[in-house]
Amino acid sequence: MKSLTLSRDALLALALIALVGLVYLRFPAFASPNSLLGVFNDTSILIILALGQMAVILTRCIDLSMASNLALVGMCTAMLNSALPSIPIPILVFLAMFLGALLGSINGILVWKLDIPPIVVTLGTLTIFRGLIFLLSEGQWVNAHEMSPAFKALPRLSIFGIPALSWFAILCIAGMYVLLTRTHYGRAFYAVGGNPNAAVYTGIDVGRTRFNAFVLSGALSGIAGYLWVSRYAVAYVDIAAGFELDVVAACVIGGISIAGGMGSIGGAVLGALFLGVIKNALPVVNISPFWQQAISGAAIIVAVIFNARSERRLGRIILKKAEQI
Amino acid sequence: MNSQYPNNASEMPDRLHGPLARMLASWEFLLIIVAVLIFFFNTQASPYFLDAWNLSDATFNFTEKAMIAFAMALVIISGEIDLSVASIVALVSTSMGFAVQLGFDTPSLILIAIAVGAACGAFNGFLVATMGLPSIVVTIGTLSLFRGIAYIVLGDKAYSGYPDSFAFFGQGYVWWVITFEMVLFMIIAAIFYVLLHRTSFGRSVKAIGNNPTAALFAGIRVPRVKFMLFVLSGIMSAIAAICLTSRLGSTRPSIAVGWELEIVTMVVLGGINILGGSGTILGVFIAAIVMGMVTFGLGLLNVPGIVMSIFTGLLLITVIALPIVIRRARQRVAN
Repeated sequence: MKSLTLSRDALLALALIALVGLVYLRFPAFASPNSLLGVFNDTSILIILALGQMAVILTRCIDLSMASNLALVGMCTAMLNSALPSIPIPILVFLAMFLGALLGSINGILVWKLDIPPIVVTLGTLTIFRGLIFLLSEGQWVNAHEMSPAFKALPRLSIFGIPALSWFAILCIAGMYVLLTRTHYGRAFYAVGGNPNAAVYTGIDVGRTRFNAFVLSGALSGIAGYLWVSRYAVAYVDIAAGFELDVVAACVIGGISIAGGMGSIGGAVLGALFLGVIKNALPVVNISPFWQQAISGAAIIVAVIFNARSERRLGRIILKKAEQI
Repeated sequence: MNSQYPNNASEMPDRLHGPLARMLASWEFLLIIVAVLIFFFNTQASPYFLDAWNLSDATFNFTEKAMIAFAMALVIISGEIDLSVASIVALVSTSMGFAVQLGFDTPSLILIAIAVGAACGAFNGFLVATMGLPSIVVTIGTLSLFRGIAYIVLGDKAYSGYPDSFAFFGQGYVWWVITFEMVLFMIIAAIFYVLLHRTSFGRSVKAIGNNPTAALFAGIRVPRVKFMLFVLSGIMSAIAAICLTSRLGSTRPSIAVGWELEIVTMVVLGGINILGGSGTILGVFIAAIVMGMVTFGLGLLNVPGIVMSIFTGLLLITVIALPIVIRRARQRVAN
């Protein structure tokens, strides 16, 4: 299994390099280190979200509420900052993470304690969170001049020549790597997704593990919420609307099996970068940005066909807990 | 189903309640109560609610979505899901707009719409049924792809200039306040009722949802049935697209965006088991009316659409959670 995911990541990396190479032929400057760092920076938020989504998908669940969670937390931090500019930014980032985790735990509780299918729960919270933003902000925007300079400066702060936004993504990647490969907390995600019945016999609480995954994805959405709002220096009701599908797309392209239990950090990151390169390359090679949605759709379909081949018919049924019916 | 019970079926625990008790405990009955309560609340909340023309206008809130919801119900009962329906609406609408620019007349527009819808559904069906891929991912992919094609064709522009005869589908009245869409909605509901509850095709859909392997061994051609369900879902999306385009009189690539979630909510609210295997068309029918009336009633009270979505979300979760909570409480009492 491990060699299989490894080779899949390698293939995806090759595809990514080929994609960059293709753009390079038309526009050589795109492949310069600075430009590639820019692409990474631009994709950072998607990477952070894809890591959270991956944890959830590993446990055979799905979190469609991530983008709404991001937007709600983003609006909260922006309003908090404009009302009380004296709150230090690190505390604000921590608050964002905490609030995101709290919202994620709502999903987690409903999945854990009430056994409601995750797709229904997160469809519901997707609309509820989005509606709450409107109630909270009364439809008003929080504009750049209402945010404190420090609030807007953090994502752009350069550390060793790399913007802090990218560092957030790198830290999340490193943290998730340790979590998923070196702790029992993270290994449980794989165990629960691979075979929930077997996981119970090894002493893992399946429901609690799913709850943990939702809290994790919520916390990462919360961090992404602050980053999104501070980077674009604006907060309104519709920020990141529909972004949840991009996040799922990144995971699918990255070879995270929607049937649970299979997937690597490298895959999630490469999947997100794949979408990021497409998004950044289209204007460079003079293709209308209106092509982006169709291309990422086609990429998802190709990826899912490819995934199904490599995992053979391991996980056909996605809405059903096969053993329990 | 009855054959599995012996002659003393009346002694089986699940037959202890009489037919009336079972009807009263059914999901559909609960929905009817909710519908009546909302209706009553609406009449109290706004004096404009009980106007025949207002009520007639209110049906537009749900008729188009409900047409797709019936097909979605069948797809979900079979254990799959189709998240691409709203994007099919966009692509069908764009195709019709494109055809209008080339000078096609109304009957050809209808044919083009149905053909494009069926082709989109067949594409989903091929990937899910024939290639055996998970429908949730496939249809998230085609959700992007179909609407993406609409964006490629239209960009930030819009198509309009539909022929006058085309306006009837979304704006026409059959008699007094009865709209063409309302009649079409009723006819489609009846067809789907017969299809699910009175034909062997409907039986096989339920069988597949309950246990695909057993269905296969029972001689049901599982891939073929699933393929047909996705084509059906595409065709119903096309019919909804005809009505919606005709009503709006123009096409933008963002048409019907986000509908897939509202339609899934409608279906789940209608008592269709999201895990597949059970559910009734009557339930979806009532759920459509409930959601339409909630939207309309809140609209009369000047509640913004985004706040209504909170109600929809809460309704979805509550409606699923409630029976589970009640069942657990009963078990606790029994113990």
